[in-house]
Amino acid sequence: MINLVWLVPVLPLLGFLINGLGRRYLSKSQVGVVGSGVILAAFVISVMIFLEVRQPGFSGQVVTLFDFINVGRLQIPFAFQVDQLSALFLLIITGVGSLIHIYSTSYMHDESNEGFARYFAYLNLFVFSMLLLVLGANYVLMFIGWEGVGLCSYLLIGFWFKNASYNKAAKKAFVMNRIGDLGFLLGIFGMIAMFSSVTFSEVFSKTAALGAHSNYSSQIAIIAMLLFIGAMGKSAQIPLYTWLPDAMAGPTPVSALIHAATMVTAGIYMVARSNVLYTLAPQIQTVVAVIGLATALLAASIALVQNDIKKVLAYSTVSQLGYMFLALGVGAYTAAVFHVMTHAFFKALLFLGSGSVIHAMGGEQDIRKMGGLKKFMPTTNWTFLVGCLAIAGIPGLSGFFSKDEILAHTFEHNKIMYVLALAGALMTAFYMFRLYYITFTGSFRGTHEQEHHLHESPVAITLPLVILAILSIVGGYIGLPEVFGVKHWLAEYLSPIFAPSAPFIEAHHLEHSMEWLLMGLSSVLVIIFIFIARSKYVKYADTGRENTGLAKVLENKWYVDELYDAVIVKPLGMLSRFFQDALEKAGIDRLVNGVGRSITWGSQQARRLQNGQVGFYVFAMVIGIIVLFVIGLLL
Amino acid sequence: MPVQYYIFLSIALFCIGIMGVLMRRNAIIIFMCIELLLNAVNLLLVAFSKMWADAGRIDAAAAQIFVFFIMVVAAAEVAVGLAIIVMVYRNTHSVDINILNRLKN
Repeated sequence: MINLVWLVPVLPLLGFLINGLGRRYLSKSQVGVVGSGVILAAFVISVMIFLEVRQPGFSGQVVTLFDFINVGRLQIPFAFQVDQLSALFLLIITGVGSLIHIYSTSYMHDESNEGFARYFAYLNLFVFSMLLLVLGANYVLMFIGWEGVGLCSYLLIGFWFKNASYNKAAKKAFVMNRIGDLGFLLGIFGMIAMFSSVTFSEVFSKTAALGAHSNYSSQIAIIAMLLFIGAMGKSAQIPLYTWLPDAMAGPTPVSALIHAATMVTAGIYMVARSNVLYTLAPQIQTVVAVIGLATALLAASIALVQNDIKKVLAYSTVSQLGYMFLALGVGAYTAAVFHVMTHAFFKALLFLGSGSVIHAMGGEQDIRKMGGLKKFMPTTNWTFLVGCLAIAGIPGLSGFFSKDEILAHTFEHNKIMYVLALAGALMTAFYMFRLYYITFTGSFRGTHEQEHHLHESPVAITLPLVILAILSIVGGYIGLPEVFGVKHWLAEYLSPIFAPSAPFIEAHHLEHSMEWLLMGLSSVLVIIFIFIARSKYVKYADTGRENTGLAKVLENKWYVDELYDAVIVKPLGMLSRFFQDALEKAGIDRLVNGVGRSITWGSQQARRLQNGQVGFYVFAMVIGIIVLFVIGLLL
Repeated sequence: MPVQYYIFLSIALFCIGIMGVLMRRNAIIIFMCIELLLNAVNLLLVAFSKMWADAGRIDAAAAQIFVFFIMVVAAAEVAVGLAIIVMVYRNTHSVDINILNRLKN
């Protein structure tokens, strides 16, 4: 089965080609069957691969397809890495991906035939790139997938390209990602210079062989930092996070798949994959943890006051990604991957739920104009509630286990970070339930026409919601903490991946009583915050009052966009204008035009010699002969 | 006679020919002047041939063969040139070459 792994990315590529080339000829149902079918088939193969990989004692395998780049000593084969980490990501990508494809067949049904096929072609191409990213056995292949998902993200954010602001959001996402990609690329170059290899196994074994306090530790730190810059761009961390909230311009299933469940976790995957590099660069690990924590807090604070249903979820995504980086930064790689998985379930669920709401509201995204949707959309309501409970970290649901693992590891690492992370978790609980209560409870505040139109979504939309809700509930049980007297299944499953860095991590375990205490503390506080949100927003009425003070700053997202605009965009624009006016127009243009003009002038002068008078020609000839004669005599 | 006489006569004929070609507008006279140029060269060739023959060079007669070539080519040129002039006269009722400027544009 492992040898058939190439089928997993090839199937979505096939779907992309069929839907992309046949977009004029295929009907919507054909496109939907092809688009969802290939992902579903890839999911089935992924499950079979996973079943093989999860056998105890399975060690990672590399399936080499063909030689890709051979230059001197540097050899980069086109090879796939099949191990515990990539198999888990395969499951998440194809599993959540196929649910979202099924959902899209209904959600995007109002598009024209061609637009529908274009959408599915892009979505299939995205899944292909994402699978390439997680399957690649070296950093170059990973980078190809990395760029591919960036491209698809751009194409899908700007899917409705007739809207200028959507196009701007797409461009913003692309440019922000490129900044990060440059870091990643430089990191790969550094790796080639240092190890003359980009293959995972070689790089990691060579790094681990160098050990903790080698002469090369600064080089390792530089490579780790450059790779992390790439992760910052793709996974929307400070300072490159501003593209993700704007990326909500895309269709909602796209937000769920690309901007919540899969693509933005590519950075986590990359850092988790390169865990040896980070473990051996403790100072960079601290940077990762601090940036993750800062992003988690900043994004959570912004989410507290946003009124666009998708924006709240977008900032929540940024914040949760921050938690994952915090986990990576404190060396809790398993916890980060665990949170990637549970987050993929409940965030995809929340986004798809919001899509169902937006669909029912006829495109309205402002939660102030919703309210009381509970009785109109029962399935969406309860699945959304499950998602909120899961992300808030109510005991028993998936988010609780993964988040608590991160918090516990942070507590081991640094007490101040723990307090801040806990504060972020409480903010998460608060804004998620603010969103829930404003949207689903109280009385309906939209127009009469919208109220008349309200309905529960069709089964193609609710089925993925129900499946994801079930996964959000049970997904956490693969990683029960050891205090429950069971083995942490996920930690054991992933241990081969993180084994190379294990010798360098000081193992210190919390006492069980302490862990119980932390768990209890966070659970009680989360429940208290949910009740605060309930008392404040359960009978929400839109007063239309402007926010003041801190709330206004939060509503304007800490003015970060304005800051970037003033510090980077405007000076850059001025510089470009300077180059355009001073260098281009006054310098280069004048030079080029001057050359052209002088040649024209010169030719006009020379043209007069050809006057058509034979006598003149003969005269010139005679003069020429005489001149030659005289020169001959003189010399 | 010393060869200088022939050279000076030849130069005189050549200059007359050149001036005629440059100055005159009548096609027939220009034509005659061209003949004059050719014959000036012929004269020079014959003169030098005689000079080298007197000096005992056995290959001096080669110059006279050149003269015959030039005469043949000149005869052919006259045939074509006169035909052109006749056609020009038929079309323009003039042999003034400046009238032919209209080919220019």
